Amino acid sequence: MNETLSLVIAGGALVAAGTILLLSRPLTRIVLGAVVLGNGVNLLLLATSGAAGRAPLLYPATQGRHMPDPLPQAFVLTAIVISLALTAFLSTLAYRAWQLSGTDDVQDDVEDVRVAQRADYAEERDRLRTAYREQRARHRDHAGPEEEQQAGGEGILKHLRRDRAQYREARRRARAEMRADRVRGAHAEVGTDEDDQWETILGADR
Amino acid sequence: MGDDPGGGPLIAAVPPEAASTASALVPLPVILPLLAAGLKLAIGVRLQRTQRVISTVVLAVVLAVALLLLIDADSHGPQVMYAGGWPPPVGIVLVADRLSALMLVISSAVTLCVLLYSIGQGMADNDEATPLSVYHPSYLVLVAGVSDTFLAGDLFNLYVGFEIMLTASYVLLTLGGTVTRIRAGATYAIVSLLSSVLFLAAIAVVYAATGTVTMAQLAGRLDELPDGVRLLAQISLLTVFCVKAAVFPLAAWLPDSYPTAPAPVTAVFAGLLTKVGIYAILRNQTLLFPGDRLSGVLMVLALLSLLIGILGAVAQTDLKRLLSFTLISHIGYMVFGIALASRAGLAGAVFYVAHHITVQTTLFLVVGLVERRGVTTDMQRLGGIAKLSPALGLVFFIPAMNLAGVPPLSGFLGKLGLLRAGLMQGGALVYVLIAAGTATSLLTLYALAKAWNLAFWRAAPPELYVVGVVLDIVETDDETPGESAAAPGPPTEAESTPGGPVAQVLAGRTEAATFGGRAITTGQPPAAMLAPTIAMVSFGLAFTVLAGPLTGLTERVADELAARTPYVTAVTGR
Repeated sequence: MNETLSLVIAGGALVAAGTILLLSRPLTRIVLGAVVLGNGVNLLLLATSGAAGRAPLLYPATQGRHMPDPLPQAFVLTAIVISLALTAFLSTLAYRAWQLSGTDDVQDDVEDVRVAQRADYAEERDRLRTAYREQRARHRDHAGPEEEQQAGGEGILKHLRRDRAQYREARRRARAEMRADRVRGAHAEVGTDEDDQWETILGADR
Repeated sequence: MGDDPGGGPLIAAVPPEAASTASALVPLPVILPLLAAGLKLAIGVRLQRTQRVISTVVLAVVLAVALLLLIDADSHGPQVMYAGGWPPPVGIVLVADRLSALMLVISSAVTLCVLLYSIGQGMADNDEATPLSVYHPSYLVLVAGVSDTFLAGDLFNLYVGFEIMLTASYVLLTLGGTVTRIRAGATYAIVSLLSSVLFLAAIAVVYAATGTVTMAQLAGRLDELPDGVRLLAQISLLTVFCVKAAVFPLAAWLPDSYPTAPAPVTAVFAGLLTKVGIYAILRNQTLLFPGDRLSGVLMVLALLSLLIGILGAVAQTDLKRLLSFTLISHIGYMVFGIALASRAGLAGAVFYVAHHITVQTTLFLVVGLVERRGVTTDMQRLGGIAKLSPALGLVFFIPAMNLAGVPPLSGFLGKLGLLRAGLMQGGALVYVLIAAGTATSLLTLYALAKAWNLAFWRAAPPELYVVGVVLDIVETDDETPGESAAAPGPPTEAESTPGGPVAQVLAGRTEAATFGGRAITTGQPPAAMLAPTIAMVSFGLAFTVLAGPLTGLTERVADELAARTPYVTAVTGR
């Protein structure tokens, strides 16, 4: 039973390590995490075949009671083959992601990013709008009643026009910025080619 | 840990009863597509017509076999096949009872239609080498995996079926390896992989506790377990199946990953892959863990799926994402039926699964056609499709109304059956769910009516009238078009066009254009793609016309599920 217990502990440790790796961004680490996690679960599955140290099914003379259960071993073999295929696929995916974007980080969903940016954009617009209103109010106070009478509505109108132009300019700049950001997001840092490739592949933490 | 669970004379094989001809048919839906996939890989890309014929014939044969199985299972009880002649505790069992056979019939009909659609798309795009070399074998493997999950008589074979299906789906989802598909594929693959690992761990728990994975034997042995162990096994299996079925808190992966795939792939994924999860939940809750132990939990999950899914759908501006969210939402109906755990509830859930597979697949196929016509699936940029192409309008309108549950159609009948089953049962939570179900139906109607108004009914934007020319998509500012030249960054990528796509007519070239890496052909939808879509629409309508016999069948399915004994007796002989 001691051997089985150590099997279970080893399985648990592998599952824990795999989970931690799975929680990271770079796909390469996720692949490693998946492998480690899968092997941990395989060990747990193997632990169900009974006490360790018994003779395998191979020897016909062995009594049923003194053999380990061969079925979990068959399960584990199948699971290993499946995880081999998945590891190969995920590695290809990581390599392709790196080819395309220069990093193998799992990207945020574009639609989600767009929704988040929509909120940012609304915030920016609100900020600009309040700033503009404050400025307008200040100008109105500054102009005072007597000046207003002298220059008529013209002075205020000029101020207003200039402010509106400023506001529009700022808004245009904010939009251009946002657009540039979006494009950058879509192209996801193509310029990291000159970096050390292994650094990128192995997914240095950022 | 079961001390010596496999003890005793393992090899003392009791020869199973003489296999009838019908039970020899059981493995065919798995074997035929796999063999065909191998054959196609061996043939390669050269003999394209042969490739198409093989795919079509194989799937047609699978459909015929599934129909035969359904008739047999309905009249003679579950059909069982012992792989290699080994009896249950050791060998693999394939079982086709009424539920499996019904699911098999619907899935093979749907996969056949989608295959014809994708063949039509391949011919229309004149881009035959790429899809055929990878697409067709992967697609057939996917069909084999789906069939295997439906027929699996033991948990481990169910796991293998899931894996076959998922591995093929990874390939199909990342077909072409473009930026968006790789991004979406990574999320999808990681989530699926995690759920598979959980499934394996759950199998370890079940095997350690009972010493078997054959479902028919588990049915008896799980009942005798201590409550805690039984609950652990039930919850871990349920979690896995809920990820596959995209039940609400575990559904976040779906709307991000499905819309990026090619249209036929999205269609078959949306129709079948989540329903495979529902099928597994159905088996889990009836055969393995009968009774209403986790009903409360499932009902809360169903409620959340219904409401949050449909609210997500209402908020979307993209047709594909809208449909993905309605998919999550309507999964809630099926989970509701399963959670009721009554005969009427199960029958309603099975009916709804059958209806939903066809309707959801049809809608995604239509959206694929819309995307070809309108270059985008963003509803704010689309318009006037119904006028530009009335046939397209019609094939969208009917399934959309069907999904929303407008009275004479099968969507209405399915929802009515579920709500009536709920009313028969009663209870505070059930009444809340009935209210939520009705609200969801109305909100679905709202979301789809919005889609209809924006994409199909209103006047078309001028660029959609450009027919048969190359569309070159350039980025423009939404207010000042002159600024586009100064816009930073290269003007590519579908996501980076905030304004409308501006059509630039380039002289001398016709028909094909690219948009976000996908080939687009403008003009009327090709007949080779429209015909399978119409076939799917009429398949969906057939559920309305044949609702009487189908309801009878689903009630017999529910009887068989609730009784458990026919299944168990057919497999174990006791």
